[in-house]
Amino acid sequence: MPFQITILDTNEVYSCKETQHLLSGMMQLGKKGIPVGCRSGGCGVCKVKIHQGAYATKKMSRDHVSQDEENSGTVLACRVFPQTNISLSVIGHLHKAVMR
Amino acid sequence: MAMTGILRPGHIQLRVLDMDESVNHYCNNIGLIETDRDEQGRVYLKCWDEQDKFSVVLEPSDRSGMDHVAYKVATEQDLWHYESKIKKFGIDTKRVPAGELKGCGERVRFVVPAGHIFELYAEKEQVGNGLSTTNPAPWPRGLKGMEPIRFDHCLLYGNNFEENFKFFTEALDFQLTEQIVDGEVQLAAFLTCSTKAHDVAFIRSEKSAQLHHASFLLGSWEGVLKAGDIISMEDIPLETGPTRHGLTRGQTIYFFDPSGNRNEVFAEDSYVYPDSPVLTWTADNIGQAIFYHSRTLVDSFMGVTS
Ligand code: FES
Ligand SMILES: [Fe+2]
Repeated sequence: MPFQITILDTNEVYSCKETQHLLSGMMQLGKKGIPVGCRSGGCGVCKVKIHQGAYATKKMSRDHVSQDEENSGTVLACRVFPQTNISLSVIGHLHKAVMR
Repeated sequence: MAMTGILRPGHIQLRVLDMDESVNHYCNNIGLIETDRDEQGRVYLKCWDEQDKFSVVLEPSDRSGMDHVAYKVATEQDLWHYESKIKKFGIDTKRVPAGELKGCGERVRFVVPAGHIFELYAEKEQVGNGLSTTNPAPWPRGLKGMEPIRFDHCLLYGNNFEENFKFFTEALDFQLTEQIVDGEVQLAAFLTCSTKAHDVAFIRSEKSAQLHHASFLLGSWEGVLKAGDIISMEDIPLETGPTRHGLTRGQTIYFFDPSGNRNEVFAEDSYVYPDSPVLTWTADNIGQAIFYHSRTLVDSFMGVTS
């Protein structure tokens, strides 16, 4: 069963399976300009802040997300796999793209 | 011997987040061959047609990106010659002892004005390309993945662009092959130390020391297409291609490794001699310069580095 992901900035909701990273679900929203970078946790363009929900992560480059940030829910969307419904806000490059 | 001094990019050391995933990507999907590992957990790889022991080193890390790129010089005298030229230019050098990378001789290490760590070395153990040197077969059996022939070049984003260009052309004797200019301002410089379209390229950026991509040579356009097949089969993040570049006229495809470092495989680019004219692309035509068919820039291609 896919989970519901809410982008708090715009109140948009998309669905994302637990085997799918949060960025791939967001890409399917079809918004122009969603920064689809490396999709592997190395380039840092897909930073989000998770406000609610449980998730699993894969390693992300410390050049873009510090351990403290990661602990407090600031993560790279392409390295996060939902385990429940999630609400998030978007940061940096992604913010501009989602808001347009 | 016509080619002297700095010969070629000899190896690139890439930082990776997960070694097993990365070895699978570079060996099974791209098709490099593992030749060694060391106590630091680094894994040594080569392409099939390289004689030297390794051209890619994967380093376990909590960051992505390039640790360093190293160029092979022809002789030990060349090594000391360039060490002194680099110092004269005003850049500090350090010697890394032989054996720090297994099978590699002493390396001269320095930070170029664009912020990247470069090295020169004269010696590396040769393990051969799997073919006899007498009556050799054209290619070895049992190659994997995209069957890359060699590590060919890297493209780097960096600052201090003018100073960096001066350093490469004056201190390291690289030749400008192609460029993108916006009026008087150079935005991209493709540089060779041999007769290739580029042995390194730099793109002007405010950020220092960024890796844009590490690139491997394939044998044909059909190989580039097959690389695209493998990228889709294996669910590898594709960026762009297969297509053609205006710059270097190479046929190309771009994708990402499991740590977000960009890779390119390409075929059939151009070549130069010391008396070849510099080819210039103008900024108002940058779309065609980069992607010849679509003439359209790809956001991530311009903005994303590791
Ligand atoms: S897309 Fe590169 S870090 Fe997520
Ligand atoms: Fe390239």
